[in-house]
Amino acid sequence: MKGIHRLVAGILGVGLILSGCGCRSHGVKIGGPGGLQEIPVGDFSSLTGDTATFGTSTHNGLALAIEQANAAGGVKDLPIKLYTEDDQSMPDVARTVVTKLITEDHVIAVVGEVASTRSLAAAPICQQYKIPMITPASTNPAVTQKGDYIFRTCFTDDFQAAVMAHFARDQGYKRVAVFKDIRNDYSMGIAKIFEAEFTNLGGTITGEQTYQEGDTDFKAQLNSLKGQNPDAVLIPGYYSEVGTIARQAREIGLNVPLLGCDGWDSPKLIQAAGNALNGCYFSDHYFSKDIKDPAMQKFFADYKAKYGYSPDALAALGFDAGNLLVDALKRAKSLTPADLRDAIATTKDFPGITGKITIDANRNARKAAIIMKIVGEKKVLYKVYTPEEIDQ
Amino acid sequence: MRILLLRVIAILVTFIGLYMLSQFVTYQMDPYYFQVLIECGVYIILAVSLNLINGITGQFSIGHAGFFAVGAYVGAAWTMIWQPMVVGRYSFLQMGTLHGDILNLLIALVLGMISAGMAGFVVGLPSLRLRGDYLAIATLGFAEVIYVLLLNINSVGGARGLNGIPTLISSGNLALFWIFLFVIISIVLSRNIMQSVRGLTWLSVREDEIAADAMGVDTTKVKVTAFVIGSALAGAAGVLYAHFLTGISPDIFSMNTSILITTMVVLGGSGSVTGSVIAATVLIVLPEMLRFLKNDRMVIYSVLLIVMMLTRPQGIFGTKEIGFPKWRRKQPKTEGRSA
Repeated sequence: MKGIHRLVAGILGVGLILSGCGCRSHGVKIGGPGGLQEIPVGDFSSLTGDTATFGTSTHNGLALAIEQANAAGGVKDLPIKLYTEDDQSMPDVARTVVTKLITEDHVIAVVGEVASTRSLAAAPICQQYKIPMITPASTNPAVTQKGDYIFRTCFTDDFQAAVMAHFARDQGYKRVAVFKDIRNDYSMGIAKIFEAEFTNLGGTITGEQTYQEGDTDFKAQLNSLKGQNPDAVLIPGYYSEVGTIARQAREIGLNVPLLGCDGWDSPKLIQAAGNALNGCYFSDHYFSKDIKDPAMQKFFADYKAKYGYSPDALAALGFDAGNLLVDALKRAKSLTPADLRDAIATTKDFPGITGKITIDANRNARKAAIIMKIVGEKKVLYKVYTPEEIDQ
Repeated sequence: MRILLLRVIAILVTFIGLYMLSQFVTYQMDPYYFQVLIECGVYIILAVSLNLINGITGQFSIGHAGFFAVGAYVGAAWTMIWQPMVVGRYSFLQMGTLHGDILNLLIALVLGMISAGMAGFVVGLPSLRLRGDYLAIATLGFAEVIYVLLLNINSVGGARGLNGIPTLISSGNLALFWIFLFVIISIVLSRNIMQSVRGLTWLSVREDEIAADAMGVDTTKVKVTAFVIGSALAGAAGVLYAHFLTGISPDIFSMNTSILITTMVVLGGSGSVTGSVIAATVLIVLPEMLRFLKNDRMVIYSVLLIVMMLTRPQGIFGTKEIGFPKWRRKQPKTEGRSA
């Protein structure tokens, strides 16, 4: 039985050694500005893993924004230093790297994540250490409910749904049917808000049907929807099924316009649908090469010059999050996380390239959404909705 | 009598030592290192428990993340869904106080381990018929089924997962205590199994199943037992990890995690508990140490893995153990194993 004692002693010894190397005196002033040579800002993105393209885009956009700010002289005469960590598209790694950014690199703000699961994993850490966190592209409403240090610079799913409800009314649709993906949180959420908002605006929801991600035959549900004789059908799903749904809808003679949200935004949508989506509409982030705004055009040019390929919507959202942070750093009374938080919270009419951004009381961005129309095999900018129009 | 007394003392010393260490480390240690240490602990439990199935019993399971997920979700379901339903009637279950938190964590652990163990039983049964590659595919399929189920069950949040799980294990700065308690339990359990007569039957199944059968070893029972114990321990790791992270989603339990755990066992040396412990620590710490390499990090990490496997195909430790042989009261004959 000596063995057990040795085991215990061994474990204690190893633990002590481990704790010895990891020891740091507590009470380090996290991100204190005293004597700083640079402003440390953290960035956690999925640079590898399942959704590597998302993370790379937002990271590139953010890095471009910081680079331009430094070229223009930095903030308060200090350059901004961007600390980037890869979370491998894993929520638990996101938590570890955010802890590292805050406690090792002493960043005073964290920008990160596209996927809501990873933003939700990191948010409690930022809240715990009282470091402001800005998510450039997580649309799930729960993210910013994690605490008063968590901000978002894109719109939420709720807003998109309200935009579609207004759009449907403005198009003169009186009767709209809903076809939603029962397995998809995003789809169910949008359908719920849309139905409430559209009824509120005087429209009628003729009925709803559901499908499941991965289904290939939708004709039974579509026939039932056709029988309700709607003016349009809302399908708040992902592009993967929408193409097939559209083709089958046309086959059974359901020829009304189909409406969608940003889940439709993929080049693969048209490939799957052929011309079945001709004359349909979907809401998206305010970003398109068709927008003849000089800032938007400059971003396209700068991004292409730096990285060699055209930016996507997520890159633009990352760029805006970076610029909004720079703006808040300039306005902050001092470079402490608390003052920075207050500066971000009071952002009003910030001129981002994806629209004017105002941070509301729930720390979400109020900004415009666009409606894209599908014409033949092209997607063209059709209409812009600002938050003010939706509030009316 | 004397041995019993020694045992009790040893267990007490372990508990008090772990408790003191946990208090000391939580106050002294940098939070980032602390987080990595906890992660090491969780993966040591997973690797050692998979080693029971893959290394000691010689089955080839590559779906360990499935059991990990079952434990995590069932444990989290207790604290987030079921506990609030019954707390009104049984007020002693109230969370927030130290003893309330410990009680709830223990219930979550028991539920998580039982359900993961049951899942292990279900997966272990086909291993009567399936061997080698076929069993590997079956276990992989099981892990995928769990993954897809979790994505599709709305009450556990679907793809978004469960968020806002109470940090029960951090209550009273006991996080390190709980994790390393289970690390010790899994190591001691493995050691005791390997050195008991019962454990020899497990080894015999690995070495030559037909011969073992002919000698009267109930190979079915051995394999199923290995699966049940291994997966129950993985379930415990899941419960602890869920209550440490405070948020879980199916991504954490994807196939990549299964492969990572299998890599730990193979890299450490299939059958070597010491090897599993070292390999789990290396595979968790190494990517963190390589962070300064930025984008090339995962490339270097993979190259290091390949180099390690090329230079030591039998794993870092082969089937050797550090510390174990000295404790043996009876030396079981283990020569003549094939790697």
